[in-house]
Amino acid sequence: MNFVAHLGRTVLALFAEVGRSSLFLKEALVQGMTPHFYWRQIFTQMMRIGYFSLPVVGLTAFFTGGVLALQIYIGSSRFNAENLVSSIVALGITRELGPVLAGLMVAGRVAAAIAAELGTMRVTEQIDALSTLSTNPYKYLVGPRLLAGVITLPLLVVIADTIGIMGGYIVGTKSLGFNGAAYIKNTVDFLEIGDVTSGLIKAAVFGFIIALMGCYHGFHSKGGAQGVGRATTNAVVSASILILAANYAMTSLLFGK
Amino acid sequence: MSGHIELSGVHKSFGPKHVLDGVNLSVPKGHSLVVIGGSGTGKSVMLKCILGLIQPDSGSIKIGGEEVSRLKGKDRDRLMTRFGMLFQGGALFDSIPVWENVAFGLIQGPLKMARARAREIAMMKLGQVGLGAAIGELKPAELSGGMQKRVALARAIAADPEIIFFDEPTTGLDPIMADVINNLIVDCVKRLGATTISITHDMASARKIADDIAMIYKGRILWQGEAKKIDKSGNAHVEQFIHGRAEGPIQMEVLKP
Ligand SMILES: Nc1ncnc2c1ncn2[C@@H]1O[C@H](COP(=O)(O)OP(=O)(O)OP(=O)(O)O)[C@@H](O)[C@H]1O
Ligand SMILES: [Mg+2]
Repeated sequence: MNFVAHLGRTVLALFAEVGRSSLFLKEALVQGMTPHFYWRQIFTQMMRIGYFSLPVVGLTAFFTGGVLALQIYIGSSRFNAENLVSSIVALGITRELGPVLAGLMVAGRVAAAIAAELGTMRVTEQIDALSTLSTNPYKYLVGPRLLAGVITLPLLVVIADTIGIMGGYIVGTKSLGFNGAAYIKNTVDFLEIGDVTSGLIKAAVFGFIIALMGCYHGFHSKGGAQGVGRATTNAVVSASILILAANYAMTSLLFGK
Repeated sequence: MSGHIELSGVHKSFGPKHVLDGVNLSVPKGHSLVVIGGSGTGKSVMLKCILGLIQPDSGSIKIGGEEVSRLKGKDRDRLMTRFGMLFQGGALFDSIPVWENVAFGLIQGPLKMARARAREIAMMKLGQVGLGAAIGELKPAELSGGMQKRVALARAIAADPEIIFFDEPTTGLDPIMADVINNLIVDCVKRLGATTISITHDMASARKIADDIAMIYKGRILWQGEAKKIDKSGNAHVEQFIHGRAEGPIQMEVLKP
């Protein structure tokens, strides 16, 4: 009996959560993504979400490009197809690993920071204070973060793609003995524009997910420092899982062939 | 006579806990009402219900004859331009300087005032609560508790709203500064003609700023009347409260050793 009660409670809690997050999403879109815009806030958030994520995203991309070259070399040499290395590195980075790894790294950095900041504002009544100063909290807090996420993630991924391919190039030429010019030519000839744009579209969606989860968990945190801590963890975990799920869905529905 | 602020039959529960149990209250335009009552009896919750920060379970709340308890979105934002609120905990925005806190409603609100002009007004309001221009450049976390309270007060009155709520304006201030703040609140009512509701535990302050006094007990308004008549209320609960006696009809739930 106890088990059934527990199961029932869990299911009810799940429905409540889905309902609450849908309402939040609606409010965030209706209020946050429509004029008027708080440009100063948007700019600040773009710096925080995008610019300050550059080092971590760059390093991740560099090492991923490098290791990809090593692994693909091992695989392709079994079929005497070593000249595929550069193209497959480029494909893997632009279509998949660039956006996903950048998304996950930024989720860890930014979703946590947003949830902690907004969660603290919630428990210290700063969000209530915004309302009493005739400033809609969705417009002032959520909107700029969503926009900044959607704008900056694709920019970050352009850079991640470049650095990732460069990482592959360095490993390929320095340790696997490829000719530099041929490596570059193979990359450029083989890569299609769709490979890059599909990755950028994914990135925009991931940016939205990251900001949304940070804001949602921050807004609904309660109960002091511990509540804020829980919100932070939940924001990162839910953003990461949603990124992976959305990535699969987009690849299979839109960008697969 | 219908008041500027009218509450009738307002109920609010948190789970099994009935906090407001049918509050009826009327404040005429330009009057200063002081609400007294024990800790945890729902005074702050009542103010938040009027402001729409907490949705009451049932009952009617009218501002200037307009039913506001179900207002949402733009209508709610518009209504808020008529209010100023001093939160019990201050609720200052900790990421921006003191002057910008005070100027926030002027810059972001419907006035859309230029930053330089808003800054001048903020500095003037800070002067009124006894804080110099140098304080304006600091972050809220760098101020003492009493100074934060005064900044919050300056923020609440900055846009000269027609209705102002003060949740424990003098708690944490020294007696002299408390009296300065009392004078300021009286001045807001007299000079600006604002309608105010203040919550306080300080009877000296209550006598000074109140036209009317209401006492809240067990989720209802137990007594309401003119401030001069509080000493002849004929109500044992009120008597006990204003004289601060442990013995009487109000029993605190504490464990006796
Ligand atoms: N958001 C909330 N969720 C659950 N319970 C709440 C919430 N806000 C207030 N309460 C409960 O409502 C009751 C009244 O709280 P309120 O803050 O209005 O007290 P108060 O009269 O202002 O007391 P004090 O004089 O100490 O400030 C308290 O018992 C509190 O536990
Ligand atoms: Mg209170």
